[in-house]
Amino acid sequence: MTADLFFQYLFAGITYGIMYAIVAIGFNIIYNTTGIINFAQGEFVMLGGMIAISLLHVMPLWLAIAGAVVLTMLVGALIEILFIRWLDNPSVLRMIIITIGLSILIREAALHVWGESIRSLPYFYGNEITTITLGPVRLSPQVLWVIGVCGVVVLLLSVFFKGTPLGREMRACAANRRAAILCGINARNMVTFSFMLSAGIGALAGCVMSPITYTQYDSGTPLAIKGFTVAILGGLGNSMGAVAAGILLGIIEAYSISFVPLAFQDAISITILLIILFVRPHGLFGSGETARLKEF
Amino acid sequence: MKYTKPRAILCLAGLVIAVQVLTRVTGTQYYLTQLTMAAYYALVVIGLTVLMGYAGQISIGHAGFFAIGGYLSAALTTHNLVLFADRPLVLLLDRIGILVRGQDIYGEHLITVAPWAACLLALVAAATIAFLLGIPVLKLKGHYLAMATLGFGTIIYRIALATDYFGEADGISEVPGFTLLPGIGPVPPLVVNGDFGNRVQNYYIAWGVLIIGMVLLLNLIDSRIGRALRSIHGSEEAAEAVGVDTARCKLQVFVLSAVYAALAGVLLTHYNGGLGPSEASVMKSVRYVALVAVGGMANLWGALVMGVGLTFLSLRGVFGSFDDAVFGAILILVMLFAPDGILGLQFHTLAARLKRFGAGGSHDA
Repeated sequence: MTADLFFQYLFAGITYGIMYAIVAIGFNIIYNTTGIINFAQGEFVMLGGMIAISLLHVMPLWLAIAGAVVLTMLVGALIEILFIRWLDNPSVLRMIIITIGLSILIREAALHVWGESIRSLPYFYGNEITTITLGPVRLSPQVLWVIGVCGVVVLLLSVFFKGTPLGREMRACAANRRAAILCGINARNMVTFSFMLSAGIGALAGCVMSPITYTQYDSGTPLAIKGFTVAILGGLGNSMGAVAAGILLGIIEAYSISFVPLAFQDAISITILLIILFVRPHGLFGSGETARLKEF
Repeated sequence: MKYTKPRAILCLAGLVIAVQVLTRVTGTQYYLTQLTMAAYYALVVIGLTVLMGYAGQISIGHAGFFAIGGYLSAALTTHNLVLFADRPLVLLLDRIGILVRGQDIYGEHLITVAPWAACLLALVAAATIAFLLGIPVLKLKGHYLAMATLGFGTIIYRIALATDYFGEADGISEVPGFTLLPGIGPVPPLVVNGDFGNRVQNYYIAWGVLIIGMVLLLNLIDSRIGRALRSIHGSEEAAEAVGVDTARCKLQVFVLSAVYAALAGVLLTHYNGGLGPSEASVMKSVRYVALVAVGGMANLWGALVMGVGLTFLSLRGVFGSFDDAVFGAILILVMLFAPDGILGLQFHTLAARLKRFGAGGSHDA
């Protein structure tokens, strides 16, 4: 492998890794406030991309993306209110099955609305062949958009969770739900907010990655599995860990195609997921001591 | 309990015969094809019921075991070994006597593995993989277990889709029939295949296998192991405390359910004469979970009725292009309103749940 190729793969890996990280952050937000893994997370990403592509016919790109994010947030809120809010103390098994059912319903609805065709948003700047030369590597400007959006999302989230009253209330629910309720926090609303936030971030991710990865009605599930792998790898609930783990997984995947056929690329990330689950279920960056207090 | 079980099984056997006679009388024997396939799918579902309902361990990867059975059996009995006839492994197989020679439709010489040997190999492979996977996976709980089994299923799907030996996206077709018993004198041989004339025979084979499988599982859950499994479902710590070897118990059931799935895969593949990668897809695994859930989780009879009934409707194409959506909706509705299955549902509990749902909804508005 030449040095040029090495760097080219490296940047491809980082790009994909950051996309996985945004999906993983979506998982983390819901997990942090509810302890639920939302198996429909990948569908939010798909919905965001699809809605933006449809809205593009009637409005400019930035407005279409904003519209897609808002609409997907509404879908997220609706899902939470209709299917999750009124269950008291449901078992984990029940929640897993409900969110899996939801992911199937959203995917099938998308199939009936948008059909099987593969779509994509246009490049935000330039087109497919626009490149930026960065030393030995050539990058699409879209890559910079992906990295930039991810950076802004992580930054805003940390400000939101640390600095705003709403963010603090959500963290309080995650830390101790009963104590939070006793302090007068409406825990149920916090869960709805977390679904909205997570859906919005997923939709945004779906929009920025659409020009690179394309969007299809069933593109959600593979992304969800990757996102979950990254979330586990970085330690469930840890956003900075998710970014680091995402980049790591992206790079491993990018280099793996020089050793194994492309068709097995998914199998590699899932194998990593399985190994991590067996060996270090608290993630690469989580502490083993706190992990022992959690249920795996 | 001991008294009603044989009676229920006899009723089921009677029903199976009655349905066959009914289709004969009404001239609707084409239903038998889907009933045969539904019986094989139900075999996966009842196996998964013991794992999910009784032991409380979710698996979203059982289509993977089904595919391991189906694909191994199909590949071994279909791929021609003539070109490799002088390789040591093939010679060894020949020495043991598990290869069969024949001619394909063009009169070419054909050497393949005998179906019974392929079936045995497939079952052993599925059991071994389940055992090796189960040791680490079953230590996990909840979401982690769900994702790990989902990951396993996806890997099997990817392998089926990307391996030349397993036919890539086309799958494997022209799988020969599986002769269970050779013909003796006037008695015709017992063959699992899709031949038109063999339809009634295959219907009884499928249901015979399903009923035997059912009897074994019913006995299992009434035994010491069954009680141990239920105690694991209730509380793993408590089960451990009273001396149940929980890890071993879970692993045994995991392997057992995998073997059920693999057997269904083997037989259905020979019946259909082929299979494709969609049999290994995540959606199939989710479907099995849905059928277990709608049957009432810890309810073998419910799983049997729902497994056969809904699969039959789906195979008949009743749900049209909403097939997957129907299963998704079933999953959600059952889990929301009737987590104990719809067969055990009492009207007033449903009404109470619906009322709570309504109250919850208006509360937010």
